[in-house]
Amino acid sequence: MQLIAFLNVLTTSEPWWRVFYDFSTLTKSIDEWLRSSMSSFWTVTIEMLLIGVLFLLFYAVIGLFLVYAERKVCAFIQNRLGPNRIGPYGIFQTVADLVKLLFKELIPIKNADGFLFNLAPYIVIIVNFMLLGAIPFAKGLHAIDFNIGIFYVIAVSSMSVIGVLLAGWSSNSKYSLIGAMRSGAMIVSYELSIGLAIITMVILAGSMQLSQIIEAQRTGWFIFKGHIPAMIAFLIYIISGTAETNRGPFDLAEAESELTAGYHTEYSGIRFAFFYLAEFMNMFIVASIAATIFLGGWMPFHVGSWESFNRVMDFIPPFFWYIGKTFFVIYLIMLFKWTFPRLRIDQLLTLEWKYLLPINLLNVLIMSFLVLMGWHF
Amino acid sequence: MNSIVQYFKDIINGAGSLLKGMRVTNRYFFSPGKIVTQKYPDNRKDLVMFERFKGEVIMPHNEKNEHRCTGCGICEISCPNGTIEIISRTITTEDGKKKRIIDKHIYRLGMCTFCALCVKSCPFNALAFSQDFEHAVFNRAKLIKVLNRPGSQLMKGVE
Repeated sequence: MQLIAFLNVLTTSEPWWRVFYDFSTLTKSIDEWLRSSMSSFWTVTIEMLLIGVLFLLFYAVIGLFLVYAERKVCAFIQNRLGPNRIGPYGIFQTVADLVKLLFKELIPIKNADGFLFNLAPYIVIIVNFMLLGAIPFAKGLHAIDFNIGIFYVIAVSSMSVIGVLLAGWSSNSKYSLIGAMRSGAMIVSYELSIGLAIITMVILAGSMQLSQIIEAQRTGWFIFKGHIPAMIAFLIYIISGTAETNRGPFDLAEAESELTAGYHTEYSGIRFAFFYLAEFMNMFIVASIAATIFLGGWMPFHVGSWESFNRVMDFIPPFFWYIGKTFFVIYLIMLFKWTFPRLRIDQLLTLEWKYLLPINLLNVLIMSFLVLMGWHF
Repeated sequence: MNSIVQYFKDIINGAGSLLKGMRVTNRYFFSPGKIVTQKYPDNRKDLVMFERFKGEVIMPHNEKNEHRCTGCGICEISCPNGTIEIISRTITTEDGKKKRIIDKHIYRLGMCTFCALCVKSCPFNALAFSQDFEHAVFNRAKLIKVLNRPGSQLMKGVE
């Protein structure tokens, strides 16, 4: 009975494709249907399970796609073709890789700290999932909307370094340990930049709730609204975000030429795949947050008073706006990796402590002044 | 004061050079131009290797089945791993001169490292590299090749 009512809500009240513009009616009707047929405890349990399964699927699909995209982007930049054997244009290459890794033996390491060694990849993965929960994918497609969402993201994202440090420490290998220590030194310094760059935007938004930050960008994205300081903050965020995800040119935690594979040298099979996927998902999350706080998240591109233009932009579903912006930022980060040479550890710390941090602090000051005087759009 | 100016100059110069690099890679991403990847087993029929590719050592013969090898043995001496073995004999020509000709110029492909010392050191340009690189065979004995063709002779005017 309730199912029919639920389907009625979906199909009759509005055209069914309206759901792609606003997911909140869909999620609300699912919630009401569940609540009417069982107790609130089971409703919450089932909803959590549903979201967990959805995130698992999303994680696998996006992770595999990003590995493929990275290889293709790298190939085109270097005048190559990239993967082209499995499926059209090689799109199933990463699926085949994953299946191969699933079948491979998990080699136990002599003298390794077994418990921590096995725990480390899961910490990295769990942190990823915790971050995915806070990301607004589209209108109404947002697992947890904390009122301190930004703080939550900053706090949780710095936890993934624990997984990296555990992996390096427990595998009892000098390469792993050096890689993990470098990663630690890097994250300690770049967390500061990433946090301050986000805080610059929080000052402009006047809120830490991600949904409200997006709502505030209805009349224009923050990168345009906050003009010069917002653009500086965007640049700093992209640089320190690249550093935090351990990607080139800041990939000295896993510098192949020096440390074989850095902190995951001793890992094999699916545990290695976890680290590998987590690295790419970290990049996705950093890009998502950048898209959310600088480029308006799922909010379409609106220009002040151009009514007809805004209507046309509204016609594109919010999810595609979000994905488009995220992939734009991901492309930028990939371009960094395949353009710039790797930094030495002292150059890395010089860049952070002598350049990014002072500029960032000054930028926060400028932004507060701008907001105080109302000099933003 | 000077150092402060230098600080900002460094930032602007650095950003400029980074942007320059990104412009190049971005252009390559959107218009890669000539793709260098060869889809090898698919394009086997029309695959053209480049000229200086070192496939295997051959002895070029002309249409009259003549080669330029005098059997001097310099290639045999210069080969670092004993790939080449020359079996020669001495004959007497019509005008009574003694002359060395090759019976067999044996080339063991399995031992060759393609260093090109034989090709470079040959005083008569008798050896060359072919562009053929598909060397896989089912029997190791097939890797021992005789470079001079049966019934071939020394080209006139080489010595």
